[in-house]
Amino acid sequence: MHGSGIPIWFFIGVLLVIYGAMIFGYGVFEWVTASYPAGVQLTSLHTPVWWGGVLEALGVLYVVKFRPGRA
Amino acid sequence: MSFLLLPASPSLLAFSVAPLAHLRPLDIAVIAIYFAMVLWIGFYLKGRANTGEEFFMAGREMTAWIAGLSFVSANLGSLELMGWAGSAYQYGILATHWYWIGAIPAMLFLGLVMMPFYYVSKTHSVPGYLFLRYGEHARVLAAISFALEMILMSGVNMFAMAVVMKVVLGWSYTFSILVSAFAVTLYVALGGLRSAIFNEVLQFVLIWGGALLVPVLGLVQAGGVDGLKSQIIKNMGSTSYFHLWRDTGSFAANPMGVHWTGIVFGLGFAISFGYWTTDFLVVQRVLAAHNLRAARMAPIIGSFFKMAVPFIVILPGLLGLVVLQNTDGSRMQLIPQDTWKVCVPMTSDCASQLKQTSLSPAVQQDVLDQKVTPQSELHSYNEVLPLMMVRYLGPGLLGLGITALIAGFMSGMAGNVSAFSTVWTYDLYKPLINKKATDSHYVMVGRLSIILGVLVSIGAGYLVQHAHGIMDYVQALFSIFIAPLLATILLGMFWKRATRISGFIGLLSGVVFSASLFEWVHLYPAKLAFVALSPDAKPMAENVFRALWACLFTGLVIFVVSMLTKPRPAAELEGLVYGVTPLPTEEPVPFYKKEWTWAILVGVIFVALNIIFW
Repeated sequence: MHGSGIPIWFFIGVLLVIYGAMIFGYGVFEWVTASYPAGVQLTSLHTPVWWGGVLEALGVLYVVKFRPGRA
Repeated sequence: MSFLLLPASPSLLAFSVAPLAHLRPLDIAVIAIYFAMVLWIGFYLKGRANTGEEFFMAGREMTAWIAGLSFVSANLGSLELMGWAGSAYQYGILATHWYWIGAIPAMLFLGLVMMPFYYVSKTHSVPGYLFLRYGEHARVLAAISFALEMILMSGVNMFAMAVVMKVVLGWSYTFSILVSAFAVTLYVALGGLRSAIFNEVLQFVLIWGGALLVPVLGLVQAGGVDGLKSQIIKNMGSTSYFHLWRDTGSFAANPMGVHWTGIVFGLGFAISFGYWTTDFLVVQRVLAAHNLRAARMAPIIGSFFKMAVPFIVILPGLLGLVVLQNTDGSRMQLIPQDTWKVCVPMTSDCASQLKQTSLSPAVQQDVLDQKVTPQSELHSYNEVLPLMMVRYLGPGLLGLGITALIAGFMSGMAGNVSAFSTVWTYDLYKPLINKKATDSHYVMVGRLSIILGVLVSIGAGYLVQHAHGIMDYVQALFSIFIAPLLATILLGMFWKRATRISGFIGLLSGVVFSASLFEWVHLYPAKLAFVALSPDAKPMAENVFRALWACLFTGLVIFVVSMLTKPRPAAELEGLVYGVTPLPTEEPVPFYKKEWTWAILVGVIFVALNIIFW
């Protein structure tokens, strides 16, 4: 957002960091324990791991780049 | 816009009885965190919504990116996502017209041509522009119609969300309505338009983050684009699912029953331009931009994302034709919602409706006998997106997908109530009830109108849902009003001879004409052949042709009345009309920052996509 204050991109970054960590963490657990949810297709692709990782990376990027007080 | 033109009644989306998905604690945590974030934003922005300019116009300090994403997000509701995914399952990529020709040219026109007049006039709203151009009568007519539409649509939207949550997750109506209404009311009433816009951008990101995996994984399983095509041809026995234009040479040659003239002139002009350039719900987002260049860039940025939406909406619908399976491994065949409604629970009309579906006679008999088999469990077209989510998304990711749907509902609802609040306060309360109050008084009225608006919306939603037949009228409200409004604003903006009284008479007579056409076909369905120019036309064709005739009729009335009445002096039209408005000089920028550069790029991609999917 133009002007002072916390940019919207920072809020988005925070949310993506949290979601990324949760989904990535679950994906690793699922992979390690091989306990896949019934009925869900393509579990061999380990989607939560790489998608959680993508969300996490984007989130960190946004949090760092748009953190409050950054010049 | 698309919401109102869905082939099916979106608020009456038909769903199966048992919940489609079962959320795990991780999914619930994902949803809860989303609500916490939304409320945090509302409370954080409370301190920056003290003046009228801050509360109603977000201080006019949004960047082009934020205004552009918000512009698209306000339109990207969940009903739109699910309804058009269902349409893609039913009609193929013909449904994409509502995203491409039904949006992109109008968005570019708004940014390049119309935005300077809205922006330079410093109006707070579209009815506000009508006041400046045509006077009080036109403004009041537009404002009352718009406020009524916003309240009713917000209510319908809210109730529809509750229906979706009930059938997808098994949540009770009251719980869904109270939670979403509370969250939206709180964050919009606290932070005003700025909060609505912030959350719309957040919701836009979530919609993509939650829905993008479905087409990606679906394509992997279908064997890529080639695999998808070959399996659709095998399953459906037709190649028309992949063509935008090839089969629109006659009404009978395509499943939508539309003709290319209706798509180009009715959808591509009357409806699309009417919605994207005059509907205050979306225009308000662009008016909040921090300067004219940002205001012009915002719709152009939005158009890039609008062009990409079919990837998360249309493609899952097409994939549903190929990958969805019953529990016994057979291909799942979804049915029209009209059929579902008469079969679950079973009525005497079910047998005749089932005969019109592609279900095999044996499965039809099982359904009629109420025999429980993997193939006799009925799902409607509109369930295709939730079914695809459940198929591919495990714990956490499913929560993200459901959050995307909730976010879509909330962005639509917030858009409705924030636009309603502005129009109510500036175009009805201020000129008609209390002209001389302080700025802080109007902010208070705005906040109260949001709370009251949501309460009335909830009541309207329940009323509409339980009063048989009203839904058709509510859905028609937008399409009845938009086309006459488009003609009124275009002539006002680009024809200086248009007189004050012509705007009011043209708008009023256009709305009456449009409503009459709707009622005529509603009462006598056979008259559709007259309105849409063909006995083979289907309801979708009626929507687009009715809009076209209403637009032309309004334009004709404004022209005739203007020629018979005294024109306004040119000096009075400065800042409002093309030709007598000196446009502000913008700072020189490199070519890659100019709106024309990006508009040309959008135009090239738009043409290329239409050729590729011809």
